[in-house]
Order: sequence, then C-alpha cells, then structure tokens
Amino acid sequence: MNYEAVIGLEVHVQIKTQSKMFTRVAAGYGHEPNTLTDPVVLALPGALPVMNHAALDAIIKAGLLLGCEIAPVCKWDRKNYFYPDSPKNYQISQYDQPICLGGSVEIELPGAARNLMGEHKNIPLTRIHLEEDVGKLNHEDHDSLVDYNRAGTPLMEIVSDPAMHTADEAYAYLTSLRATMIYGGISDCDMEKGQLRCDANISIRPVGETKLGTKVELKNLNSISFVRDGIAHEIKRQIGLMERGGTIVQETRDYDGQTGTSQSLRSKEMAHDYRYFPDPDLMPVRVDEPWKARLRAECPELPFVKQRRFAEQYQLPYTLTSVLVWDRELADYFEETAQLAGPGKAQAAGNWIVNDLLRELTAANLTLATSRVRPAHIAGLVKLVEAGTIFTNAAKEVFIEMAATGDQPDVIAERKGLKAAPTDTNELEQWCRDAIAGNAKSAAEFRAGKEGAINALKGPVMKAAKGKANPKLVDETLRRLLAEA
Amino acid sequence: MSSELFYQPITALAAALAEKKLTAVELTQAVIARTKATEPRIHAFNSHDEADALAQAAASDARRAAGQSLGALDGIPIALKDVIAVRNQPLTASSKMLANFVSPYDAGVTEKLRKAGAVLWGRLNCDEFAMGSSTENSAFGPTSNPWDTTRVPGGSSGGSSAALAAGSAIATLGSDTGGSIRQPAALCGVVGLKPTYGLVSRYGLIAFASSLDQIGPFARTVEDAAIVLGAIAGHDERDSTSFKTEIPDYRAALATNRGPWKLGIPKEYFAEGLDPEIAQAVEQAIAFYKAQGCEIREVSLPHTQYCLDTYYVIATAEASSNLARYDGIRYGHRAAGAKDVVDLYYQSRAEGFGAEVKRRIILGTYVLSSGYYDAYYLRAQKVRTLIRQDFLNAFKEVDALITPTSPVPAFKLGEKADPLALYLCDIYTIGVNLAGLPAISVPCGFTKSGLPIGTQIIGQPFRESSLLAIARAYEQAHSWSTKHPIL
Repeated sequence: MNYEAVIGLEVHVQIKTQSKMFTRVAAGYGHEPNTLTDPVVLALPGALPVMNHAALDAIIKAGLLLGCEIAPVCKWDRKNYFYPDSPKNYQISQYDQPICLGGSVEIELPGAARNLMGEHKNIPLTRIHLEEDVGKLNHEDHDSLVDYNRAGTPLMEIVSDPAMHTADEAYAYLTSLRATMIYGGISDCDMEKGQLRCDANISIRPVGETKLGTKVELKNLNSISFVRDGIAHEIKRQIGLMERGGTIVQETRDYDGQTGTSQSLRSKEMAHDYRYFPDPDLMPVRVDEPWKARLRAECPELPFVKQRRFAEQYQLPYTLTSVLVWDRELADYFEETAQLAGPGKAQAAGNWIVNDLLRELTAANLTLATSRVRPAHIAGLVKLVEAGTIFTNAAKEVFIEMAATGDQPDVIAERKGLKAAPTDTNELEQWCRDAIAGNAKSAAEFRAGKEGAINALKGPVMKAAKGKANPKLVDETLRRLLAEA
Repeated sequence: MSSELFYQPITALAAALAEKKLTAVELTQAVIARTKATEPRIHAFNSHDEADALAQAAASDARRAAGQSLGALDGIPIALKDVIAVRNQPLTASSKMLANFVSPYDAGVTEKLRKAGAVLWGRLNCDEFAMGSSTENSAFGPTSNPWDTTRVPGGSSGGSSAALAAGSAIATLGSDTGGSIRQPAALCGVVGLKPTYGLVSRYGLIAFASSLDQIGPFARTVEDAAIVLGAIAGHDERDSTSFKTEIPDYRAALATNRGPWKLGIPKEYFAEGLDPEIAQAVEQAIAFYKAQGCEIREVSLPHTQYCLDTYYVIATAEASSNLARYDGIRYGHRAAGAKDVVDLYYQSRAEGFGAEVKRRIILGTYVLSSGYYDAYYLRAQKVRTLIRQDFLNAFKEVDALITPTSPVPAFKLGEKADPLALYLCDIYTIGVNLAGLPAISVPCGFTKSGLPIGTQIIGQPFRESSLLAIARAYEQAHSWSTKHPIL
C-alpha cells in the first residue's frame, strides 16, 4: 500500500523586543544566569504583568505579512501547569481568541536543478498567537538549575494547517517563514539561540484517504535540517510500523538529530488539563484600523514577491534572484547598485554582487555592512566595463583592490594602469599575425572548424598587449586574419 | 494633646504636628508603646520594626522643621496588612508558605504613602492569603477583637481593624476581596473603605482574586479615610487594571458635597439571618438620613441570592491560579527530602498552606477543569454581569445604597468552625466586589453587650467623594467614632 504523510508545524518564534512581554526588564541572550529578572519575571508575591505593546505590534505585523485576519481585540488567557521553568506556574497565552487567524506561507520546493525554479505552493496557517517564553532548566548530576533570563520573552506560536506532505515541504515552509520573520524585523530566528523552535505533528494515511491518521508530535528539532531529517525519519518509522502490522499511538517523541533516532517522551494519556481562563490581571486590548494601517505601512515586500519583481524589472535570471532576495539587506544593496549603474546594467551588477562580492565577504569574514565595497563601487565598476574603459580581467583586479582599499574603481584602474590603451590597430594586427604564425596548430584547428582553438591564439596577443587590448577587437582581428589566409 | 495620642484622628494629629505641638517621633513612640502594651492581648501584628519606624518619623520631623512637610499624612504612623509589599520588610500573607519571605520592593500604595510622608508601621495579621472572615486562618495565630478579646476582629483584614481599634496605629490599610475591609471595620467599630475596583493600584498586593481585590483604608473617621484614600488612589502603569482617572481632593469634597441624597434600601439585604440588633441600628441610621431630608427608596437587587455562589466560583478559580507560584522553587517554604520536583511541589504546598487556602485552591482548580469550565466559571461570569447590572439599575434611581455591613456582630473565636457559616458573614459585602463598586462601613452603634455595629453605604463607580460625604453626614451627627475599647 502507498502511504501519504500529513504534516503540520507548530513554530515558536521569539519576538525581538527591547524588553520582555509583560515587564520592562530587558530581553536578551547570553547574559549571566538570572540577571534579566525582576519581581514580575520571578513571579514574586504581588507582581503584576503589563503588556509590552511593541510585541503586539510585531505579531500583528507578522500576521499582516502572512495574510492573516487580525482579531479586533487582543485577549489574554492563563495556561495553568506546574513546571519549574514557568515562574508563575501558569503561562500567559492566548487560548480561544488568537490575535492572528488564517493566512498562509508561500514556499518553493526544490527545482529539478539548482539553477531552476521549483514549484511554488501556499501552506495555509491555522493561527498565530502571542505568549511568553519560559525559563531554561539545566540538569546537573543531582540538581536541576533554573535560569529565568529567557522567561517572559515575547513568543509567537505559528500553527500551520496539517497541509504538508513531505519533509522537503516542511523544510521549505520553515525557510520561507524564517525569511519572512527576518524581513519584517520581527525576529532574528537564530535557532541556535532558541529564537525559532519547531515541533512537528506527523501522521500517515493510505493515498486517497481523506481522514487524518493518528498523529505523533515530534519535538526538539533544533535546526532546519533536523526538522527535515526528523520528519523524514518519522514518516519512515510510521510507514514501517504500519507495514509490519503495528499501530501508531498518539504520543510525543523526542528527535535526536545527532543519531537520527527518536524516542517516546509521553503518551496522550499524560496530557495536561491546562485550565485556561481569561487572565484577570490584563485588560483586553482593542486593535483598531489606524493601528493596523500604521503597521501595514511598515510591512516590507516579501522575498518571493521581490523575486518576481527582480526578474521582471531587472531581467535577472533565477540564478541571481534566488540568491539576492533572501537577505533583505543584500536585496536592498543590489537595488541600490542597479539604480546607480543605470538602465541595462542590473544583471552585470547582480553578477558582481552574487559572484564576487559574496565570495569576498565570506573570505574576509565581513558583512555587507562592514565591507568597504559600497553599491557605488560596483556600479562604477560596471560602468567602466560597459564603456570599454577596462576589460573584464582587469575589472577583477580592480574589484580585489576596491575591497582591500575602498577606493573608487576608476581611481584604482588609473593607479594600476589597468585602463584599456587607445587601440593601435596596426600594432594589434601585428600581434595577431605573430600569434597565428607562432601557433600554427591551433590556427589550423580553428580553420578546420574547432571554434575553441581561437582561445589559444588570444593568450599570446593579450600577453603582447600587456592585458590592455580590447578582447572584442582581438577576437575580431584574429577571425579576420584567420579567414584571410 | 490628650494623653491618648494614639486614639486621635489624623486630622487632629496633623494639626498638632503642623503647629509643632507634637513631633512625629513622639507620636510614633506613643504608637509603639501602645502596640507593646496591647499586642499580648490583641496580636494584630505579624511583625514590626521600631527602629525603622522611628527613623521614618525622625525624617518627617526634619522635613517639617525645614518647612518641607508633605501634608496631612507626614509623620502619621500607618500600618499595612501583611499582603502589601514593603521593601526590606517581611511579607507573609500570614502563611507558613511565606514565613521567611522579605519583599525586595514596595507596593504601589506603599510608595505613595512614603511620598505622603507616612511612617510605615508594622505588618498586620490577616487570614492566610486574605482568605477568611475572622483572621483565625492566620498561620501565626488569630487576632483578638479589642472590644472583647474572646471574639474575632473579623477578617480577612482583622489585624488592620484590631490594630486601629486598639490604638496601635493611626490608620491602617487592608485589602477587600469579598468584604475583607468592611466586615472587620464593622466588627471593630472603625471606618473601612473599599474603593472602586481600579482606583487603587494592586501592584505589590499579594493576589487572592485579581478581579475582586482592592486595597483600601481603615480609619477612625470618614475624613481620615478620605485623606488616606487621596494618598493611595490613582493610576499606576504597573497595574493594567488600574484606572486612569482624575483623583479629586476627597477631603475638600466632604465640605462641598452636602446632599440631600436619594438613598436606596435593597430589600434583599434585610432578609433572614440578619441579627435584630444590627437591623435596628441600620434602620436608625436610615431614619437619620430621612430626617435630614434624604429620599429613601426601597430598591431590589434581584440576583443577590447568587452572589455567594458566584463569588466562590470566581474567587477560588483566580486564587487557584494566583497561588500556583508558591511552589518552593524560587522562594518561600520548601519541604525537605522531596524525591523529585513533583514531590517537592506536593510536599511544599501541603506543608506551606493552611486548610482554608487548600480548600479554595481545590475548589478553584475544579471549577476551571476541562469539562466544568462552562458550567461553573463561564456561568459565574455571566451571573456576575447580572449582579453588576442590578446595582447599576438601582443607581438610576438612587445615589447610594444603605445596608448592614455584616449580618452578625463579632463572634467568639472558634465559634464558626463550619466554613459555610463563615462564608455567610460576607453576604452583604460580596456583591460590591463582584460589581466593582466602592463601599464604606461606618460605625452605627453597639449591641447591648457592647459590640460595635457597622452600616454599609454602597456608592457608584468612582464616586468616592459622594460616598464619603454621605458617610460623613451620618458620622458628624453621631459620636460612635469617639468611643474606644477599654484595654
């Protein structure tokens, strides 16, 4: 029998705010344990929560970016359960009235090849709600220590419909969701810092069946690759179980990305009764149209939309757009460069950025912000090449020097004597004749129809010209002379 | 000043301080001496810090000497119920759970009293986590009623009413979730005011039932209550339920707000179970207002019979969640020898909480449980809306309502062992909390056996000025507040 997997993801995203969800103490990562605390975070007697409006702004923005319906009122509930990482032993969350409903995440599946665009799909969302993060438990030999620095950090829970069917889809969903959150300035989504965490609900059913099978919740998927691997593993486990005549039990399983195995954490029977009820310490907050309009105005263009626009507006190939659009800063950098370079030069600018600049940044351990190469540099370089002032080989040298010094490309070309010499056709013709004479074999091969053989003739010409000959002219001259003889 | 400084109202003491006939240190010393003399019989305090109080008093005198007095409360010793946080002082909620807890921060009202120059004096006993009507539920032993030390002072703010009646403070603060200020005020013969929900910040008040809790003053006179209320009222951004409203000069408003008023008598509040002596005293108070030209109207609050049930669903539900934080992990009582974390919770909470607190946590946990939520909590919230609507309908006809505060005068310590019998002590006060209204209890006489009786006046939301003026009109024509217990 053929089985189909059904996957729904619950993604927790920490919202990047100055302060915590319900108090003014700073939110942050990597501080000394229990230093980002106050009476509210520690749930001291008498402490009360006060909502951080910046966090509500951020989740509304996330909802708008993902096409969710924004609830007219932000209402808070208490989720009651005892665990040492939860200082109040209840978590302030949203139960029956999440702030965002519906919406979807656009994803791109892997294409047939790296340079080919894959299939696009929209994965529908169930809801997004706001809550507070819990503290962190560190288990030692006989003790468990709690660090409440993370406790109270604003946290979004983004719940997808059970609408994905492969590990690749889940991977693409997370990639796209993460990019959206980063684009919106909502979160940095660093999974190593726990800023993005993912649980997956997975079931299988015979192909053609419409009823959902028994679901298993997979936890501790600590990286996007582990999400893909964990889901693939779980689908295989469930299918294997069914094929051996077993039954799938509703449970929560812990995936270990290092070993690629999972084990049961708890079964459904041990599920909590969270005794949700409206938090009497927090008044519902009305979210009106002007509020939403203000946030809508702050919403950036999303990567896939940008990608379609880049292809159309700048005539960029997929190989460039697929690199440029995923980093908002890089996309903006490209657009600035393209504007400066002028009409018809966007693709050249894109090539420089994708092929040369990114390699340079990696090699020098720099970022776009810290690099000396600004959009004006690349635009200037593109213009020099297009104008025939310098040639491609020389341009590569200029680029390296630009990155090292931050000087403008024309200054460098001048200083290094890389500008094309005014073309003396007689001299060039002589160099070409010399090259043909000195490489009779290649010349004969070219004449016999071996197109590539001409390159063996260009080398000696360029060498004689000390690199300053116009390659186009060299090519033309060689062809003319080879045809003559 | 008379030798009994500690029985003087704030108004008289403030005048004496202003005229330099008295120093804050002298006043504080008198209150300390009185406390020491009466505490063995009353036990109104869980703790007090003489050195700290005297230092505050000395600072007050220095301010006054420099011509920088902060007003009527500057130098006045005020004691706080032990559920209100005072920086670097114990905060126990009269529970074993918090027996060793010291608050690292000031409550909103504590800050405000400091700004008004008050001398913060002592932590007052109460029912554990403010759950009770007799102060017998304190883990540190009950408080006695100064009028008859074999009787309870009421509760849960029994320490606050008893300390004031005994002269161990010039004013006190309590908290009122279902009558916990008004009922002990009535039983101890002092004025007790529960403000409109949201008028006074709850920041730093140990939560019992968040949607019902409100801090308020106990005072010798209505004018004193107006002064203290003026100091503690006002928006606090650290409490999301605190209301943004202009705070009037409540004391000045007493002079301008002169009636006559339309007063409502809710018929449901004079039914079965009301002590005849109390009924008579309250009827005399009503007759007084009528004689003053007030229009007296019978009104109906038809959902009154559901108040107690509604209250015990909502209050316990909120409490079950509010008290979850007391788990022995970060602070408070931690049981020794627990096997694992769940065992640590069980044992710490089993040892740390008293019977009444456990009873309410269990009740509250039950009513919030999956499958019961709609039938209990959600239904109770709907009834609560109806109860509030009853009051608002009545206020279309009248300015305020007059009722007894408590159906019975102070009862004997240990007399009401049945929790339900104790719950019935709050039948006249609970509706006010459910509706979020302001209400005051004013002394209106004594039983034949010499126990104080209080009448409750219920006002409209945020109309404390009017409520205080109505109470003041009665008080000025009577001398109940000048009577003191013999101790």
